[in-house]
Amino acid sequence: MTTRLAYDGVVVCVPVTIPYRRYSVNSAHWWIGRALHELTLGAGIKPKDIDGLIVSSFTVGPDTAVGLTQHFGLTPRWLDHVPMGGASGVIGLRRAARAVQAGDAQFVACVAADTNHVDSFRKTLTSFSRFAQDAVYPYGSGGANASFALITKNYMNQYGATREDFGKLCVAQRDNALAIPFAMMKKKLTLDEYMKARSISDPLHLFDCVMPCAGAEAFLVCREETAKSLGLPAVRILSTIERHNAFPDDPVQYRGGWAMDTDELWQMAGVKPDDVDLLETYDDYPVIVTMQFEDLGFCKKGEGPDFIRGNTFTTDGTFPHNTSGGQLSVGQAGAAGGYLGITEAMRQLAGTPIGKPVRDAKLAVVSGFGMINYDRGLSSGAAVLARA
Amino acid sequence: MTAPLTRPKRKDPLKKTRQPLYPQSIRSRTAQGLTAAAAQGRFELQCCSDCKEIFYPPRDACPKCLSARVPFVPVDNRGTVLAETTIQTSTDPYFRERTPWRAGLTKLDAGPVVLSHLHGDVAEGARVRLDLKLDKGGAPVLIALPEKDTPNMADDPQLREMTCDPKFRRVLITDGRTAVGQAMAKAFSEAGANIVFVGIADPWKPFPGEDMLRKIEKVEIVPLDVTDSESCIEQAEQNGGRIDIVVNTAEHVRPGGVMQRHGLTVAREEMDVRYFGLMRLAQAFGPAMRSRGADGVNSAAAFVNLLSVHALMNWPAYGAYSAAEAACLSAAQCLRAELRPGGVKVVNVFFGPLETEWFQTVPPPKVAPSALAKAVVQALQRGVEDVFVGDIAEDIRARLAVNPKALEREIAG
Amino acid sequence: MASDLLSFAQRITQGAIRVVDLTATLSQEFPTIVLPPEFGQAAPFRIEEISRYDERGPAWYWNNFSVSEHAGTHFDAPIHWISGKDLPNNAVDTIDPRNFIAPASVIDCSKESADPDFVVTVDFIEAWEKKHGRVAAGDWVLLRTDWSKKPFRDYAGMGDDGAHTPGPEPATVKWLVEERDVHGFGTETIGTDYGQAQHFNPPYPAHFYMHGKGRYGLQCLTNLDKLPPKGAVIVSAPLKIKQGSGSPLRVLALVEDGA
Repeated sequence: MTTRLAYDGVVVCVPVTIPYRRYSVNSAHWWIGRALHELTLGAGIKPKDIDGLIVSSFTVGPDTAVGLTQHFGLTPRWLDHVPMGGASGVIGLRRAARAVQAGDAQFVACVAADTNHVDSFRKTLTSFSRFAQDAVYPYGSGGANASFALITKNYMNQYGATREDFGKLCVAQRDNALAIPFAMMKKKLTLDEYMKARSISDPLHLFDCVMPCAGAEAFLVCREETAKSLGLPAVRILSTIERHNAFPDDPVQYRGGWAMDTDELWQMAGVKPDDVDLLETYDDYPVIVTMQFEDLGFCKKGEGPDFIRGNTFTTDGTFPHNTSGGQLSVGQAGAAGGYLGITEAMRQLAGTPIGKPVRDAKLAVVSGFGMINYDRGLSSGAAVLARA
Repeated sequence: MTAPLTRPKRKDPLKKTRQPLYPQSIRSRTAQGLTAAAAQGRFELQCCSDCKEIFYPPRDACPKCLSARVPFVPVDNRGTVLAETTIQTSTDPYFRERTPWRAGLTKLDAGPVVLSHLHGDVAEGARVRLDLKLDKGGAPVLIALPEKDTPNMADDPQLREMTCDPKFRRVLITDGRTAVGQAMAKAFSEAGANIVFVGIADPWKPFPGEDMLRKIEKVEIVPLDVTDSESCIEQAEQNGGRIDIVVNTAEHVRPGGVMQRHGLTVAREEMDVRYFGLMRLAQAFGPAMRSRGADGVNSAAAFVNLLSVHALMNWPAYGAYSAAEAACLSAAQCLRAELRPGGVKVVNVFFGPLETEWFQTVPPPKVAPSALAKAVVQALQRGVEDVFVGDIAEDIRARLAVNPKALEREIAG
Repeated sequence: MASDLLSFAQRITQGAIRVVDLTATLSQEFPTIVLPPEFGQAAPFRIEEISRYDERGPAWYWNNFSVSEHAGTHFDAPIHWISGKDLPNNAVDTIDPRNFIAPASVIDCSKESADPDFVVTVDFIEAWEKKHGRVAAGDWVLLRTDWSKKPFRDYAGMGDDGAHTPGPEPATVKWLVEERDVHGFGTETIGTDYGQAQHFNPPYPAHFYMHGKGRYGLQCLTNLDKLPPKGAVIVSAPLKIKQGSGSPLRVLALVEDGA
């Protein structure tokens, strides 16, 4: 039995997405400001009511969250900067929830945003992490592609996954994204096109890789009574997990940190994987999606390929997954990629998705992953969310 | 199977020369421990002095026991390749124009899993040797090589980017009047250079070995006097655009100290031949070399300095000579920084006394000119940049690493 | 007196008196004397540009040069040799400048000098005197060998036992000084002495006897073939180097037109 404190009385509300753009001449500050503005409008509060702030961004430098308080005229009594890439959403949610629960803040705005100038990607890479600087970027990829190609290759060798398996996930996500107006990828994708697309870093091909863009995602965390008094649709948090640098002795990453804490995730939530209506995974690459299926407990380790073959993943499929298209089709707006699963799950649970709805969505799992420091993603997290 | 390099065709003079680029070369201070090892051709990783854990990438504390005593030490470089990928496109400008480029994860027998470049003859699952090399930007990188040498191994395009292999390159030996210069000409001819230009100063003065020198295959005698600025400029104007490797064999060895010498004329010669000579060569040939660092199979690759190991610690019996060599060493370090943006390596080859006339009274061990030449060729083939040739040089290097002051006293006798 | 000088100057301008340049161009390629490696060496001519209408000096071109006192066409003062070290006024800055202008007897041994080991004897000079007249007191004796026309490699005459260039034997020099009271001795070759003069007794007699008696030397001269056997006047003023033993210089011969 878990000894962790339940998230009673705390909710997430006001999902905000600032529509993505491929390139933007605006700064990350502009995108963060847009998201904050929409949060206040959506919640019906004033900016000065925001007394807690979490920021996740790769391009807000030289500022961190502190500089942004003065930039946006906020005077929070609780502040955090969560630079954990794709795990930032879940981790930010955990932080904010405890702050509200403890009474340290009333309204915690959680914002992830990144701009994308023509040289943003390259500039972000050169100072991503010390290990990346010393031991990854000199080796050819100019990014994470080679590292994930190696993880993908190893997984395929170990468990017999095929490119077709990964392609199925990508095709389904693309179908889900067709209903999202600001999705970067607007055309239907067939498995044939997926298979024939040009190679990026064997065995990864074009449609295995996300498209970096500019954008923002945000949500508000507050007490359940507060959300009710403002008339805001809300989502409850049944459980969360978080882990960094899990399984350091695995020679090549074939499982993420979730595998250490899955039991706790389900025990704390008091539900089973079968009960879940939709799953939003962090999909920087399809192999990581497959690991999340396994490590979150939807199937056993190594059974990912079979699980993919035995299910359909569109909004109306047997296993609704990345129902807004995920980063692979909507785009990766930097750190916002770690939040888009949360905002999508919130909308589906409230019955107001931007794209197609999942029927009778009551229970969702959102999973985050990120920070490929050297040869593996270090950070992982997950949350079980329920319609309030 | 590595396809052997073919002799490059004549360059199209109307085609723009590809400008040098290099991979990201920023490294943390601790990671420069890899630079130190790669520069001398050693394979070293950090090993915790307390719990003996060997780890990579470089860290400032042991990831097992948090000890701060984590020096770089030689480790077993063998391993097995776990996964490999061929990068087909990259956002990095250097790699972007060199794809497909292979990289992979290797589990070292010593413990860590390392991301490295892969030699073309290395497949997934293969047993490999890891080597630490300096890449085109002079930064340390790992490359997995086949367990045993394979045919044409050095011709692998990825590996050749990290070496200064004389094969198919055009070499300038700056002074062919000496035994060292002549041994160098022979060694480079045999190492597959396309042309070996050999500089001769004062052509009105005969010198021993002249007939043999002229008979060496691929040798072309050119007028060159490193004490004459105009001579260096003229030679560079004529040939500078097709010199890929410079080996500065101009020497000046005389016994005598700083105080224990009568007058300055010999010292002036020393400095003129060695220090100013190096400067003249650098100014004359360096700029063209720097712009040709990415110019195909026979790109400009290296500037080789032959230095007395006493550049590092003065030998009072040859004290003025040692000081001039020290001046050359410092100048070479400057030149190294100046040529790095072009992907051209400055290779410093240190040696003790040679088996040549001005070291005649010095007892062995001494280095024969042919042994020195062989070491230079090998250093270029391996891409190392700091080379110690012979027992004396190795000994000085080892003693310097432990206690330079003790060495100072001991050398003076 | 003054009008003689002025008319002399006019005759030069008009070409009635020819000015013959007996000087080799001072350049890096010019061979220098090479001594055994254990001894100090004469520095060859070297030149470094300071600027050439560029960022180092936008409107001007100038150089620094370095050279030994005894490189290229040069003058030897008596102080240069041990035998002349204690004579009065024996350095280039103390020699009376009157001594920088003197007539010359030009001894043609160009045919015989095809042999690098040709030795000039007293007999040879006496035979020349029969044809052209006695070598006068105060004359430069200039040895015309035409060696200045040779390519540098042959000009230096270096063999594996040292240099082989034509020159006088000890008796010849002694005779020139004692019997003819000459002003000095000049050659086209590197050095006033015979190439293998180290084996003479005394070694290097052209230096030993000439400088020992306060006479001068000129070497690496050119164009001696353009001079008459007698009648040319040599102008040879070395740089006024403090206690200098010699210097590269411009050697000019003045010759009556038609001579």
